[in-house]
Parts: sequence; C-alpha cells; structure tokens
Amino acid sequence: MDLGQLFAIIVGAIFVSNFVLARFLGLCPFVGVSKDSDSALGMGMAVIFVMTMASIVTWFIYMYVLIPLDIVYLRTIAFILVIATLVQFVEMVIEKTSPTLHKSLGIYLPLITTNCAVLGVAVVNVNEFMVTDLPVAASFINTVVHGLSAGLGFTLALVLMAAIRERLELVDIPESMRGIPITFIVAGLMAMAFLGFSGLKVG
Amino acid sequence: MRPLGELVKGIYRENPVFRLALGLCPALAVSTSVENALGMGAAATFVLLGSNVTVSLIRNFVPAKVRIPCYIVVIASFVTTVELVMGAYLPELAKSLGIFLPLIVVNCIILGRAEAFASKHGVGRAILDAVGMGIGFTFALTLIATFREVLGDGKLMGYMVFGPNFQPVLLMILAPGAFITIGLLMGYFNVLDARMKRKREAAEEKKG
Repeated sequence: MDLGQLFAIIVGAIFVSNFVLARFLGLCPFVGVSKDSDSALGMGMAVIFVMTMASIVTWFIYMYVLIPLDIVYLRTIAFILVIATLVQFVEMVIEKTSPTLHKSLGIYLPLITTNCAVLGVAVVNVNEFMVTDLPVAASFINTVVHGLSAGLGFTLALVLMAAIRERLELVDIPESMRGIPITFIVAGLMAMAFLGFSGLKVG
Repeated sequence: MRPLGELVKGIYRENPVFRLALGLCPALAVSTSVENALGMGAAATFVLLGSNVTVSLIRNFVPAKVRIPCYIVVIASFVTTVELVMGAYLPELAKSLGIFLPLIVVNCIILGRAEAFASKHGVGRAILDAVGMGIGFTFALTLIATFREVLGDGKLMGYMVFGPNFQPVLLMILAPGAFITIGLLMGYFNVLDARMKRKREAAEEKKG
C-alpha cells in the first residue's frame, strides 16, 4: 500500500479541496448548525461517521451490485437510498445514546440525508477511485480514507466557523448583514485562507 | 393565494436562494459562468417540475410515514433522466457541471417544495409553484454568475465586456469570490426588504 498516496488523499480532502470551502458541498448545515461550537462538533462527528459509512457501503454497492448487473447509470438512485437508510439508522442510535446531542442537532440530523456532502463524497469516490483501474484493495482503502478525511475536513470548517460566529455575536454588524450574509463573508475569508493550501505539493 | 401569486412568489419574495437559503451548494459551485448557471437552472427546473407534478399526483396514495423515501426516489429518477439526456446531447455542459448534476437529488429546494407544497396542493398549483421556484433559482444563479464572470473573467456569456487592458479579479472565479458575492447579494436583498417595509409603513401612516 502506498502510504504517500494515502497521505496525499488525506491532506487533499481536509485542506486543499476542503468539502465546504473549496468544493461547496454541505453548505446548508455549514450555515445552519454553526451557531455554537458544541452542536457544530456534534454535527461534525455525525457527518464523519455517516461519510465513512456511506463511502464503505457505496463502494460495495458500486463494485458488487451495480457493475456486475451493468446498471451503473442507476448509481444516483442506489446511493441516495442507501445513504437515507444509513442516516435513519445513525439518528436512531444517537437518539438512544445521547438525547441531549439529539436535541441540539434538531432537524439537521435527518437533513444529513439531503446533505450534498454525503452523496458528494460517494460520487467523488466513484469518479476518483472506482472507474479508474486501481486494484480492488487500493480502491477500497482509498475510498474509506477519502470518506473519513472528507468528514474531518467538513468538521474542521464547521467548528472553525462556529468559533468565529460565537465572537461575531458580540460585534456591531450592520443590520442587513446580520445572520447568513455575514456568515458567507466570513466563509469567503476562510476560503481565501484555505486557498493557501492549494500550492501544497504532497506525495 | 391566487394562482399567479404561486408563480411569482418564487422569484423575489420567497426566492429559494436569497430568501430561504436553500440550494446553496449548486448556487455557489456552478456560478462561475452564466452559461453553467443557466444550464444548472434549466436542469433543476425540469427536475422540480417533474417531481412536483408526480408528488402532487401520488400525494393521496403514499402513506405519511414513508413519504420522504418515496419523494427521494421520484426526484432521483428525474435526476437520472436529466443526467442521461444531458450527457447524450450536451456533453460539454454535463462535464462542466460535474458532480453537481447528480447532486441535484440532494438540492434542498426540490425536496423542500415536494414536502412543503406539492404534497398539499393539486397538480395545477404544483406546476405553477415549480415553475416559479425554478425561475427564482435560475435567476439567483445567473445573478451570482454574472458578477463572478464579469469581474473574474472579464466576459459575459463568452463575450469580452471590458477592453483588453482589464485585469480579471481571479479571486471572483475561485471559491472565496462565490462566498463573498452571495453574502453581499443577500445583504443587499435585506436592505431592499427593509426599505420596502419602511415605505409601506409610511404609506399606512399617511392613510391612518
């Protein structure tokens, strides 16, 4: 297994093409759940878990169901159904194990289903690791690592944003810019900072 | 609400992107050029129309508990249709929309309208609502794309807007430009809203 390549995938998914700030995926929870760091962290954890699981499950579905049956064009439908089921499952687990977390995540947990980042990670995995002629083991490991680090990148952006927004609460912002508009401006500045990583050469 | 109201509300008053903050991902990701924005808008409008009509037709047969998965399957079918058709006839556009074409499935506008509107109204109104929301989404995308393409590339729909000495602001085409553009536009819409409200109040005061 090529460790350098794995490292490149990790750094790539967390920093260089961060899912939120460079690929524009998962913006709804990024704007919606970034009001305080606790729920941001909880949401981040849920997304990391769901993304990793979704990567694993969609890899199996794609490799062992869609390709043998020659119905690759149905991948969007197949993936979204699998992800929806998975999210339902995660929601049930969190509801049982941590009611407070469940309460603070509120409506956003079911919304992970329509979180484009989760389906996005599955589609990116297909494009980058499955349609290429990587060996099966490498394709699987790359997929899992990419799913995990994409989730980490999402959580990083979300938690950073929540920390900034906690400070923004105390700032005198023009009335029309309060709330979502100023969040986007801040996200723009963060994206600018993350652009600095794009010169990074790894692997 | 009158039928025409259902059509018009999506364009400004309940604009999905600027007012409801839905469908943000594609609004930022594919707004690097006006051409992409129009393509994405058309694709999303088609899916929205198809899903709204279907959901409105099946609304009385689907048990409430499994309605969301049903809606998602309906939406995913239409998205797959769009994906295949666009891949066959407009491969260039399909390529530049990239992963955001399959991701129309998770565009919150579409599921949002299915759940909030089409599942409660008849087919006629659902069509009007879909067309209005689709136009509103396309309008928002095109507006963002116009700023980004003109400032970031010096072009509009591929034609040069400024003279040859224009230095493009590369930042606008890159990710930060998208965030900053939509932030400022949302702020501007809030200002417009506040101004209209003040005017209305002043008019009412005069009357009373």
